Amino acid sequence: MGLRYQAPFAPEGPTPIDAAIARKLLELALAKGGDYADLFFEYAVSGSYAFDESILKSAGRAVSMGLGVRVMKGDATGYAYVESFTMDAMSHAARTAAQIAASGGLVKPVAIEARKLQSRYRAEQLSLEAGGAQKRALLERADVAARAADPRVVRVTASLHEELRELLIVTSLGRFVRDRQPLLRFGVSAIVEGGGKRQAGSSGGGGRVGLEYFDAKTPEAHAVEAVRQAVAMLDAREAPAGEMEVVLAPGDSGILLHEAVGHGLEADFNRKRTSNYTDQIGEVVASELCTVVDDATLEGSRGTINVDDEGQEPHRATLIENGVLAGYMQDRHSAGFFKAAPTGNGRRESFKSHPMPRMTNTLLLAGGSDPEEIVRSVKRGVYARKFGGGQVDISNGDFVFSLTEGYLIEDGHITAPLKGVNLIGNGPDVMRKVVMLGNDLETSDGIWTCGKDGQSVPVGVGCPTVKIASMTVGGTQLGGD
Amino acid sequence: MASERIEELKALGDQVVARAVRAGADVAEAAVREGSHLSTKVRMQEAELVEEAGSRSVGLRVMLGQQVAVTYTSDMSEAGLERLALDAVELARLSQPDAFAGPPDPSLLAAEDALPDLDTFDPEVSRVRAGEALGLAIEAERAALDLDPRITNSEGSTFTRAAGLSALVTSGGFRGGSEGSYASLVVNPVAEDEGGKKRSGYYWDARRHFDEMRPAVEIGEEAARRTLRKLGARKLPTAQMPVVFAPEAARTIVGLFAGCVNGGAVWRRSSYLLGRVGTEVASPLVTLVDDPLIPRAPGSRAYDGEGLAAHRNVVVERGRLALYLTDTYSGRKLEVPSTASASRGASGGVGPSTTNFFLEPGDVSAEALLADTPRGLYVTEMMGFGFNGVTGDFSRGASGFLIEGGELTQPVSEVTISLNLDTMLKRIDAVASDLDLRTATASPTFRVTEMTVAGT
Repeated sequence: MGLRYQAPFAPEGPTPIDAAIARKLLELALAKGGDYADLFFEYAVSGSYAFDESILKSAGRAVSMGLGVRVMKGDATGYAYVESFTMDAMSHAARTAAQIAASGGLVKPVAIEARKLQSRYRAEQLSLEAGGAQKRALLERADVAARAADPRVVRVTASLHEELRELLIVTSLGRFVRDRQPLLRFGVSAIVEGGGKRQAGSSGGGGRVGLEYFDAKTPEAHAVEAVRQAVAMLDAREAPAGEMEVVLAPGDSGILLHEAVGHGLEADFNRKRTSNYTDQIGEVVASELCTVVDDATLEGSRGTINVDDEGQEPHRATLIENGVLAGYMQDRHSAGFFKAAPTGNGRRESFKSHPMPRMTNTLLLAGGSDPEEIVRSVKRGVYARKFGGGQVDISNGDFVFSLTEGYLIEDGHITAPLKGVNLIGNGPDVMRKVVMLGNDLETSDGIWTCGKDGQSVPVGVGCPTVKIASMTVGGTQLGGD
Repeated sequence: MASERIEELKALGDQVVARAVRAGADVAEAAVREGSHLSTKVRMQEAELVEEAGSRSVGLRVMLGQQVAVTYTSDMSEAGLERLALDAVELARLSQPDAFAGPPDPSLLAAEDALPDLDTFDPEVSRVRAGEALGLAIEAERAALDLDPRITNSEGSTFTRAAGLSALVTSGGFRGGSEGSYASLVVNPVAEDEGGKKRSGYYWDARRHFDEMRPAVEIGEEAARRTLRKLGARKLPTAQMPVVFAPEAARTIVGLFAGCVNGGAVWRRSSYLLGRVGTEVASPLVTLVDDPLIPRAPGSRAYDGEGLAAHRNVVVERGRLALYLTDTYSGRKLEVPSTASASRGASGGVGPSTTNFFLEPGDVSAEALLADTPRGLYVTEMMGFGFNGVTGDFSRGASGFLIEGGELTQPVSEVTISLNLDTMLKRIDAVASDLDLRTATASPTFRVTEMTVAGT
């Protein structure tokens, strides 16, 4: 050990960046006539540990650092980045980004003022600073527990991924803000074999938390859950095909909402008029049961941020209130267009990419129904317990989701497990068909990563038990039973 | 010029390997990469984004006996490289001995001077300046907007060029370098459908050599045509029917299969193809090849991620599974030699992967194949992630067209198509001749005799 990770641009680092240096770079960035510029310094260290066949098979670490310079002129963006913090390299990036504006009046950066942030991260024991043996032991516990959980378990893999992202964001509007974003993700997957069949199951979690995460949710709990899912799916039968009632389990089902509704409410698509929600603020876009928020402030959640990647402090934003479209998620650019306040949703994957409006933790809030009563109300339908992932066509809201664990509901009871289930539908259409909402809101245990235009960011999702009156289920079994 | 730069990267690789060995590694392998790119996007004929950057990084894999670790850094300072090596060795001490770990047999390593030139680099690509790049993007979008008044909006048009150099140096004795270039143009028009529903479509081209790119106007017009033909798309009643996969959708199916012949998935027992070598896994019309040696192709490489000489692998021959694609480690696990399919990720990790992986074209044209289909679904796009590699269960959202009397009629959207992949490949009864290697995983049009199409 002995080598500590420290951002070179930190006050105590080898090449500290202060307001004076930042101002010099911003002046270069605006020298060609840009309206606005910002600097995004990043130093990200991550570690990964892969436990497989009952040994820690490989361990890894990655250091990624650089500066991204953005210059805006009207709706146009110039972007450049470098991976070195020498003045020469940084100045070159600033001049390259400046080229987007070839003419025009000169804007000067305003006086820079450092901001102090309130922390929403809950990392008491930072994973990256803990000894490797401690993390290896957590993985080993998961491995042992999964193998003990059922004799049909033939393979177990467990992984731990840790990250610490140090940021310094400086804008020509005078913002100067630092943040340190921890991220932890733990996962177990198991393969079981029985009766000539093979199935996989998985469980994972984490967030902007430290190793104390495991006090509440043990490696054993994830192991048992992964095995439970795999064993349950061993008996899976062909799923029905066609339109029917669908009940979504609380928590991770929020990913459906994220895809089907969330993306369409990102303001860039609405600025470009390419979203199905364009021009619909104030209109009814969902059943009146539905209130949807994007909340970056949930303590310790995977999508939580103290500050967005444009230096803006986020707050909880209401997107849909009692079925009525209330507002979009904004970054600086779209907020300027809509003459709205930035909502703190300007996020980017790294210094290599420009920010876009992105979700943080997107939640469908609880309703008043008892979850059991919701299931009892279904004559024949599908209970969606775990989602594998999904995709949406933003322009019209059409989406597809695949279930990794789903069941048939028959006469108000959850019965046979189903294999290969896809749910297909249209975001606004499905939101209008929400007929019951449970009182059991859950947020996902940090596993989701959202992709947009090739950029991945960690997000949180959440919802209560949801009943949708009708949705297309893509199975293979036609007709009745 | 480029060869001098490659020599520089190799020298850096030598230095990193030496540092790791000095720190205590028995085996050290360094992959050094350098890249530059320019990306320009226009939307509604206005410049929206000009992005330009260069980057450099090193990925390192070390072994102490049979303990393995990987590290990566973009911090190329003296301190950064020293940390890269020390961290790797420290992490290797933490990992546990794996009886199958180890470097490839040195006798299998490719000799640097025997590596073929695959013509993957075109200096013209790097000469495209921001102004010219914007011009191409504008021209392509203009062509899309002008083709038909029903094209009312655009998600944009993007021209990107990239060039990269890489070097691999291993303590086992391999030293190699390569260079590649890439230019792409994608256009994404939006049309307004009845009831105000928006339909977004796209078309693109990407080539390693600039002069092989399709003209910008053609790309824009094709994007507009593909968007317009979706207008009026509806669901279909749920039914069983033949399904014809257009190349864009067909290559997704080929890609799913690639994941299941990956040696890593097989030894982990997470592939439905476990234990199937030598047996029928597809119709006799199906031959699947992984060929890294095709000049100018997107997935080409002269040596694999461990320094073995790359070669062509026939994975499925007329329906019969011939082999799994393996690197040294998965080969040892499966008791077969490496197929020289090792790929070294940016983060330093090594695992098997495909290079140019494709379904061999058949004799009939795609038009003739369609004309020969009285009724069915023609799938142009798929959505979602509904595939379970362990069981082969497949179910995805699809859109395309109804085929009636051998012709495309009603546009279709919001349906799902489902069938186990093993059954699907066995039900292929026609493969067309329209293979285009603009993507590393590629397929011509093919037809499956019957699948479940779920709609209303």
